[in-house]
Amino acid sequence: MADTKTVAPKEGAGTRLWNWLTETQVWKSIFRHDRPDTDRTRVLVMLSNVFLHLHPVRLRKSGVKLRYTWCMGGLSFFLFLSLTLTGLLLMFYYRPTLEYAYNDIVGLREHVPLGIMREMHRWGAHAMVITVWLHMFRVFMTGSYKPPREFNWSVGVIMLVLTLLLSFTGYLLPWDQLAIWAITVGSNMARATPFLGHEGPGASLLRLGDVPLIHAYDDARFALLGGSFVGEGALLRFYVLHCVGLPLGIAFLMAVHFWRVRKDGGISGPL
Amino acid sequence: MGFLKGIINALADPRLFFILAVASLVVLVWKRERIAANSVGYGLLGVLTVFFVFGSFDPNFRLIVTKPDNVPIVGLIFLLVFFTWYSVREGVLNDRRIAAGKGPIEKEEADRVWVWPDLVYTEMISLIVCSVILIVWSILLKAPLEQPANRSLTPNPSKAPWYFLGLQEMLVYFDPWLAGVVLPSLIIVGLICIPYIDKNPKGNGYFTFAERKAEVTIFLFGFVILWVSLIVLGTFLRGPNWNFFGPFEFWDIHKLEALTNVNLAEYIWVRGLRTGQPTFWLTREIFGILLVLFYVFALPVILGKTWFKGYYQKLGAPRYYVGAFLFIMMMALPIKMLLRWIFNLKYIVAIPEFFFNI
Repeated sequence: MADTKTVAPKEGAGTRLWNWLTETQVWKSIFRHDRPDTDRTRVLVMLSNVFLHLHPVRLRKSGVKLRYTWCMGGLSFFLFLSLTLTGLLLMFYYRPTLEYAYNDIVGLREHVPLGIMREMHRWGAHAMVITVWLHMFRVFMTGSYKPPREFNWSVGVIMLVLTLLLSFTGYLLPWDQLAIWAITVGSNMARATPFLGHEGPGASLLRLGDVPLIHAYDDARFALLGGSFVGEGALLRFYVLHCVGLPLGIAFLMAVHFWRVRKDGGISGPL
Repeated sequence: MGFLKGIINALADPRLFFILAVASLVVLVWKRERIAANSVGYGLLGVLTVFFVFGSFDPNFRLIVTKPDNVPIVGLIFLLVFFTWYSVREGVLNDRRIAAGKGPIEKEEADRVWVWPDLVYTEMISLIVCSVILIVWSILLKAPLEQPANRSLTPNPSKAPWYFLGLQEMLVYFDPWLAGVVLPSLIIVGLICIPYIDKNPKGNGYFTFAERKAEVTIFLFGFVILWVSLIVLGTFLRGPNWNFFGPFEFWDIHKLEALTNVNLAEYIWVRGLRTGQPTFWLTREIFGILLVLFYVFALPVILGKTWFKGYYQKLGAPRYYVGAFLFIMMMALPIKMLLRWIFNLKYIVAIPEFFFNI
């Protein structure tokens, strides 16, 4: 076990105030343990705190080293939380309709003094894509996907896809030229889905006599955009997916991912 | 100065860019013992910094690099160069320890430490540093907002969000059904399959190169070269009409590039056999179809009995065939690139009747 220092409390006004505070009924009702400066209280703080209980009580030394973890998984989670928070604030000011969407963004930019919520949301989203990639990179390079962690790697891959989709759906919402053309380029691919896109190979085989079953108004791209082009239907669809559907999905998988990190033996290390 | 910029512009040509990227991966893997030195890693970062500082004096370079949505990719270049070098270095250091019989450094660090305070404080510090970076970034750089959406005004070039630009770059070589649907799906499936195909019990939970040479090299090729370097290419070096522009080149919308690409069928029927192309699609494309069938179905079998015999025996048939199929699909991209560059080959199989072009 690693040595941990116990700092002797110094006498002074601050210490007396601290001692008084931690003895009050209110404090003791919130924190069910003493200062985490002994082995016993360090265990208790992990077991009695709902936020900290995601952690084990103890972990491998390499698990706290930047050299080993690069901190990228943790940062991805942190960025997700900060995106949830800034996204929530943005939702107060944004209406996903052709009439309002662009003007609401202009309003955010022009009428909010020192406003950086949109910037934090956008840069945070870009950063999260990068941290997720680097997390995956680190996990690969340390062979951490190997048994017993195979399934958790697979969950992680799905979360990677959801991260990209979250970023992709959010890209449309400002409803400027950058947004619709990026989504147009991206979603045009769906039109070439084999069998399910109207310009995909095999789609022309799906027909009843002369009536094609797959055309521009019912193919995969139509399902994605809620229309045959990036319009009002796509904006609403992307908004709902961006704010509700995909975050729910990724939060659910995060629960599985973190749970499995613990259940598969904590952070990886040599056997 | 202009001469230097001219050289860099020439080196950034997609063909050279890709070949140089592959060459640097080869050097990284081959000379890893030398490259593991600290001076190499920090030297690389220094060279990159000098390049970007030098470049920022050029108006064309500045224009493309400081586009708000491209700034994260500049960051990605630095991070990825650093972490690629760093992970190989950690692997080399561990390999030396293993060779000396000491076991990887992570084994020495297998002792347990208390989560409180060791981990909780590390997390808090990272969280604060990350918040500070994010807030400073947000204050310094405004989020982009262009003109309101206008369906009748297509920007040139129209680019997908940056993380999909590798896929958009693939459109140069493959039709959308492959570049936009089939290959991305295979990337996802392939990533999920990795832990089930890789039966090597070594290298679990520590950095190493020597114990996982093939796995690491394939992953670095797929991730760093095919995925990220094509994103960099698509972001910084593709301009109007998806034409190539060097980093110091003006994005001239009238730049012309001759499209002289030829289908395999024309090569065989017209240039080889000196007759016209048959009108019936199956006869016309029969050579291409056979070639593709051979590549997808016969090649894994042949390789399993020759070059990859060892893998076939180690992995067993199901793992080997899934792995070989995914590997062959990954290699389809560089192969098609080379065919395009060397032979101007457009499609191996071209059946526009069914939107089926490979």
